[in-house]
Amino acid sequence: MLRAHRYVRLVFRAPPPVVTVGRRFPKGGGILRASRRVRPRYAAGAAVIAATVLSGCGGGSPSALDPAGPGARRVEGLWWLLFWISVGVFAVVLTGVGWALARRRRRGEVRRGDATRFVVVAGAILPFFVLTGVYGVGLDDMSALTNPPAGAEPVTVDVTGHKWWWEVRYPATGAVTANEIHVPAGTTVRLRLRTADVLHSFWVPQLMPKTDLIAGRINETWLRADKPGRYRGQCAEYCGLQHAHMAFMVVAQPKADFDAWLARLTGPAPAPATAAERRGLQVFEQGTCAACHTVRGTAARGTVGPDLSMVGARWSIGAGAAPNDAGHLGGWIANSQTVKPGNAMPPQPVPAADLPDLIAYLRSLR
Amino acid sequence: MSTVAQQPPAGAEARAQLEERLERHWGERPSLRSWFTTVDHKRIGRRYVVTAAVYFTLAGVEASALRTQLARPGQRLLSAEEYDQLFTLHGTAMIFLFATPMLFGFGNFLVPLMLGARDMAFPRLNAFGYWIFLFAGLIMFSSLLAGDAPDGGWFAYVPLTTRPHSPGIGLDVYALGLLFFGVSTTAGAINFIATALKLRAPGMSLNRMPVFVWAIVATSFMVIFALPPLNLANGLLFLDRRFGTHFFDVGRGGDVLLWQHLFWLFGHPDVYIIVIPALGIVSAILPTFARRGIAAYPLIVLSLVAIAIVSFGVWVHHMFATGLPRLSLSFFSAASLLITIPSGIQIFAWLATMWLGRVVVGVPMLFVLGFLVTFVLGGFTGVMFGLVTFDQQVTDSYFVVAHFHYVLFGGAVFPIIAGLYYWLPKMTGRMFNERLGRWAFALVFGGMNLTFFPMHVSGMLGMPRRVYTYPAGLGWDAWNLLSTVGVFVLAAGLLLVLGGLLYAIRRGRPAPDDPWGGDTLEWVASSPPRPYNFPVIPRVRSLHPAWDGRTAASLAELDSFRTLEEGRRTPVTSELDGRYEWAAEMPEESIRPFVTAVGLLVVVIGLLFRWYWVAGLGGLLAAGTIAGWLWPPERTPEEAAAS
Repeated sequence: MLRAHRYVRLVFRAPPPVVTVGRRFPKGGGILRASRRVRPRYAAGAAVIAATVLSGCGGGSPSALDPAGPGARRVEGLWWLLFWISVGVFAVVLTGVGWALARRRRRGEVRRGDATRFVVVAGAILPFFVLTGVYGVGLDDMSALTNPPAGAEPVTVDVTGHKWWWEVRYPATGAVTANEIHVPAGTTVRLRLRTADVLHSFWVPQLMPKTDLIAGRINETWLRADKPGRYRGQCAEYCGLQHAHMAFMVVAQPKADFDAWLARLTGPAPAPATAAERRGLQVFEQGTCAACHTVRGTAARGTVGPDLSMVGARWSIGAGAAPNDAGHLGGWIANSQTVKPGNAMPPQPVPAADLPDLIAYLRSLR
Repeated sequence: MSTVAQQPPAGAEARAQLEERLERHWGERPSLRSWFTTVDHKRIGRRYVVTAAVYFTLAGVEASALRTQLARPGQRLLSAEEYDQLFTLHGTAMIFLFATPMLFGFGNFLVPLMLGARDMAFPRLNAFGYWIFLFAGLIMFSSLLAGDAPDGGWFAYVPLTTRPHSPGIGLDVYALGLLFFGVSTTAGAINFIATALKLRAPGMSLNRMPVFVWAIVATSFMVIFALPPLNLANGLLFLDRRFGTHFFDVGRGGDVLLWQHLFWLFGHPDVYIIVIPALGIVSAILPTFARRGIAAYPLIVLSLVAIAIVSFGVWVHHMFATGLPRLSLSFFSAASLLITIPSGIQIFAWLATMWLGRVVVGVPMLFVLGFLVTFVLGGFTGVMFGLVTFDQQVTDSYFVVAHFHYVLFGGAVFPIIAGLYYWLPKMTGRMFNERLGRWAFALVFGGMNLTFFPMHVSGMLGMPRRVYTYPAGLGWDAWNLLSTVGVFVLAAGLLLVLGGLLYAIRRGRPAPDDPWGGDTLEWVASSPPRPYNFPVIPRVRSLHPAWDGRTAASLAELDSFRTLEEGRRTPVTSELDGRYEWAAEMPEESIRPFVTAVGLLVVVIGLLFRWYWVAGLGGLLAAGTIAGWLWPPERTPEEAAAS
């Protein structure tokens, strides 16, 4: 903010253009007529509105300007610095254009002269100092985001991108889930990112800028949520047909809740409690489901699709493709291609009589 | 208002004779054959402009479809497949088939005129380049009609675009189409460089060359250095896809970041390949409408050259999120910030020009003012993307979509429209309707900002780019709806531009030779120019030859070395000082450029459909035609001695 003001002042203090009155250039033909004045103030107005709107955003929106952790907060600070510098410089340029338009009816000669000194000062030297300052801030931010802030022993999570879902593993305990990353609030989480197929990008706007998932490499990043809460993330590198449905949720919990959650995910999945659920498990193990999906502690050990050990508690079906309720789950099983066309799961020929039991069983996995 | 028209002719009879003789050598009788054989840079330039405008319209219709799909959350107007093909083709067409060819079209039409030459240095190569461009565009767009257009985004990241993930023909169309198109751009670039360095009118030393020509030359050098990495990338991609090589196959020792490095080593300079000629257009129009010469000419030229060089050192800022080492990130961050300085110099030079002059707000100037405002906004977000952490936060979100549309629509489309209005009288000999032009400007400017400004916000709110749909309740709905409304306002404005120009061509008042009082040599030629451009090649003594009485005087002297009426000839001058050297014999019209281009088209189609023998035949046709084309002409000993 401060820097922007200084910049604006300096520009106005620039030495006046060197001018000499000399030979007049020929005037134009009769076709050019003076017009009404243009007022290019629209964009400035829009910038002000945007500033108001952006700063007031929150509630439900995964806004980069509603940060919930040190990484995103750092970037938010940088944004407002850049925003105010931009507003200042834009005001200068608009004033310059406005001045030129306002002066166009004045009498007298068109002035010669090259204004070289002015152009060098306003166009090169001042921007150079501003950019150098900004660069310094940028370098500082880059180091801040490279090294997580010191604190408690970090939790490590392995995230693998698939077309089009996220596999999430906790190497310390062997727990596996999908499209949901539970983390303890206030603790740094180290993320090791890899992809099983094409490029993806890991982005939780409220917590941390992006890191790409690159085939053949493991990229690392970290995040930390200050408070318990749910922070939406989404794949940000175009990855094909269902790039739009590759969202995930970072669920920050108090440490004790997180530990309990992780323990539940480490042991066998909840055993079916009702007759319907038991039949559902049977259908799951004996039907086609088990070929691709795993449910801990059962005969289902497929590894093609997401692990379903706690699917009943997840925030969505199909990485954000549908809400997680009985109706959508049934529709997904019967033919997920209508919900998320192109995903790897073919329509399942589950007999209509078995479907409610299967749904009941899956919903009980929580 | 041409100073030439006011001069009493130096012997009207001698002049008429001169023009008649030049007409005999340069004139083309209108016929179907001449449509395919012409080598006149003005006809070719106009064709580039018209063809690029058609491709722009198609790509714009695609964009409207995309925006309609995103108007509300969860719409099902387009399927994911359709959406992906449309956005890929929209980007690819706008970058490759609209922006560069449109600006090359201006270059083709204007460079020889601004230099006081009678044609481009290699007129047949010029014709050849146009046909290749036309065919490459037809191939790309016809893939959409066949329902299997490229769908990997305009930068086609591997491994998504390798065969296992994109088995259709779409990405083959992309790789081969861009290789094919590259032939056209490269040929054009070589031609511009040779023309600007060797065919300037006597006395036009390099420091008297118009800024627009400087911009075209800087761009051409960039094309020559930037296209090889793109061609290499597409060649490797095609080999991987078709013949099972493993350049991008990580399982077999390939590397996926190799594609990104190669692509952006082309891709970032390409942004400036598009923007620099557009800045050149601004530097041509703005001084005319400020009623004085451009301020700080040397600084502007140096800025263009500096951008052309530095732009090759910033490509990694497209890869800030790929996990590269910090040291390289800080280097490329610094370079990316630095490259905004030459643009800043130009902005302030234009402002100074307007302050010192007296601004006249004609329609072309309105679009130039629109350019200034929007391009500056795109520049701010450009600086932001130079900062690593900010880039990592908003790259691949709608914020970056907003950024590059401000840069490319603001920085290139506004100047292009300004240029269309400004040079319409010269290109067609007709004047447009001012009032219609003003309305068009209001709609285009308002529509453009309404379309793209909200994208800054939706990107900040976490909306990634290239999603075919999005859920409600994330705060994105209203901004997307605004954008979609904006696109229709913008489309209405562009239709008004198009309608106004077409109406002008059919019904417009005949244009005078110099309707605006411009300072460059094209305004000395008639509107539209004669096939030989200038009956007498002007002698240039200043940066503003059309404002210089001595130019007019030089046009009245019928020196034989500047009339060159014996044959199709144009003077060749020295590279730096523009001293007269000799008179070059220019080639006549020929069908060979067209046949060669058809031969290459057959090669591409043959490769595309795996009809390798067809490709071979096409190659033979092209090679044979080129051999005939390059065969030295038979001359009598006297002719050889004379030349």
